[in-house]
Amino acid sequence: MKIKFNRKMIGSVIAAIAIYAVIAILILTGILPRSMQSLVVKISYYVVLALSLNLIVGFLGDLSLGHAAFYAVGAYAGCAFALYSGLPLIPNFIISLLIGGISAAIIGFLISCAILKLRGDYLAIVTLAFGEFIRSIVKIIPGLGGTKGLTGVPSFDRFEGFTFGYAVVIIVIIILCNFTNSRHGRTITAIRDNAIAAESVGINIKRYKVLVFTVSSFMAGMAGVLFGFYKTSVEPADFTYNVSIEVLVMVVLGGMGSLKGSVIAAIIIVALPELLREAAAYRMLIYAIALITMMMLNSSPKFAALKAKALDRLYSVRESITAVFKRAK
Amino acid sequence: MSNTPMLKVENLGITFGGLKAVDNLSLSIEKRELYGLIGPNGAGKTTVFNLLTGVYKPTTGTFCLDGEELTGKNSVEINRRGIARTFQNIRLFGQMSVLDNVKVGLSNSAHYNVFEGILRLPRYHREETEMNERAMSLLSVFGLDGEYAYKASNLPYGKQRKLEIARAMATSPKLLLLDEPAAGMNPNETAELMETIRFVREKFDMTILLIEHDMKLVSGICENVTVLNFGTVLASGKTDKVLDNPKVITAYLGE
Repeated sequence: MKIKFNRKMIGSVIAAIAIYAVIAILILTGILPRSMQSLVVKISYYVVLALSLNLIVGFLGDLSLGHAAFYAVGAYAGCAFALYSGLPLIPNFIISLLIGGISAAIIGFLISCAILKLRGDYLAIVTLAFGEFIRSIVKIIPGLGGTKGLTGVPSFDRFEGFTFGYAVVIIVIIILCNFTNSRHGRTITAIRDNAIAAESVGINIKRYKVLVFTVSSFMAGMAGVLFGFYKTSVEPADFTYNVSIEVLVMVVLGGMGSLKGSVIAAIIIVALPELLREAAAYRMLIYAIALITMMMLNSSPKFAALKAKALDRLYSVRESITAVFKRAK
Repeated sequence: MSNTPMLKVENLGITFGGLKAVDNLSLSIEKRELYGLIGPNGAGKTTVFNLLTGVYKPTTGTFCLDGEELTGKNSVEINRRGIARTFQNIRLFGQMSVLDNVKVGLSNSAHYNVFEGILRLPRYHREETEMNERAMSLLSVFGLDGEYAYKASNLPYGKQRKLEIARAMATSPKLLLLDEPAAGMNPNETAELMETIRFVREKFDMTILLIEHDMKLVSGICENVTVLNFGTVLASGKTDKVLDNPKVITAYLGE
């Protein structure tokens, strides 16, 4: 069992490096057009947002509509530090990333303590309110620039942006994979599946809810810092509840409780409007139709069977390739 | 110490509004005993379980597990002190694998923290291996080791019941509460379940309190029973004697 696991890990590492190398070459050689280059960075923080929200919605099973709050706290805390610290770019970014993540985690911790007793629709509404609440608070805190926000945040060039965005995505994926396969992750899924049974085997539900919100908001906070460095400014208008909804759409579309799905859905949803720029007038129409189609396909058993078949074929191809390699040895 | 009963319930009662769902219940279960709690529908049997597991707080009375008073504690605390239960309407973690269901039950026996889990430090690997081994050996006791990778909700009904018992046993309880373990089972499955319950008692030196409607199962394995009717104790004592009690027969079959 252990050997199999290691082989899988090596495969993932190779895949991660290969994807990085390909995109890096595309950017450095200028094959990728400029608009696409910035898109790559935008995708990275949306992937992080979708993954972190999936932990709450998909794994814990609570509907949160206030994810933009944690994103905003991370963005503001990280960017404020970056603005005033005056460190060289790379250490500045890394420290800001941590500060953004930790500040968001603290707010996530506090908010989750406040909403412990709520479930379902009530939880959704209160988190929505917290999202707007944080956005309003940010406007009146001195030193954060009011409605204009913070400007002049140190910026990356396209390549650095991609590299750091990619690194954060990989770190978040590793954290989530390990977390969901630990006893804490299992416990959280158990709470989602049956809270009463979870309590009966000695699981303190409240403690785990706070844990999930804290971990999730830490990652959303990091996404906020990435966003700030990408845009070089942050303002309250960047964190409306539209962002929370958009991220929720990614989670639902990708499949609740599926990390892979969140990544793919985030990429598609961010990239789609950009790719459709040519068809400017019909852009939103096509986007909406694509969303509806994907939702319908995802929930159709026939499509699931088709997908399984295709995957099977893929696996058998892979197996025959490994067999050929073995014979060659 | 050997004389303290495993479970001692004294004058336990709860009222919902004006309704006395359970009134003045007293019973005492010795270590390693198989004890039955029976009664017609709506007699308050499951309410007793909910009181003993902290789902409801009793309005009167007390109960002690192995000499330790647990009255008024919450579900989590009571489970940690040693009472585990199953449910009348099966409550598994349906989307999780059979193995993971049991590992959730083992969760409190592991001690690695969130960071050790995320960073996969040595303690994570050590305790996960240990949990896997313990979970698999528990599953093999219940004949579920072949299905460890199945999704729990895909198991056949009888096996789901067994998995629920396995999950409860994973919390290393002193007292196991089974709420209608044979509900919805055919005679063959019931007979098999009786064997399993007996086996669990022998293997783990377990004290078991069970609610049951199937009289064959009750008279087959329970040493003592208490009969509840409208929340009060109708009769209590050795199984065969109680089941012959005319009051009990009346309660079940009517005048």
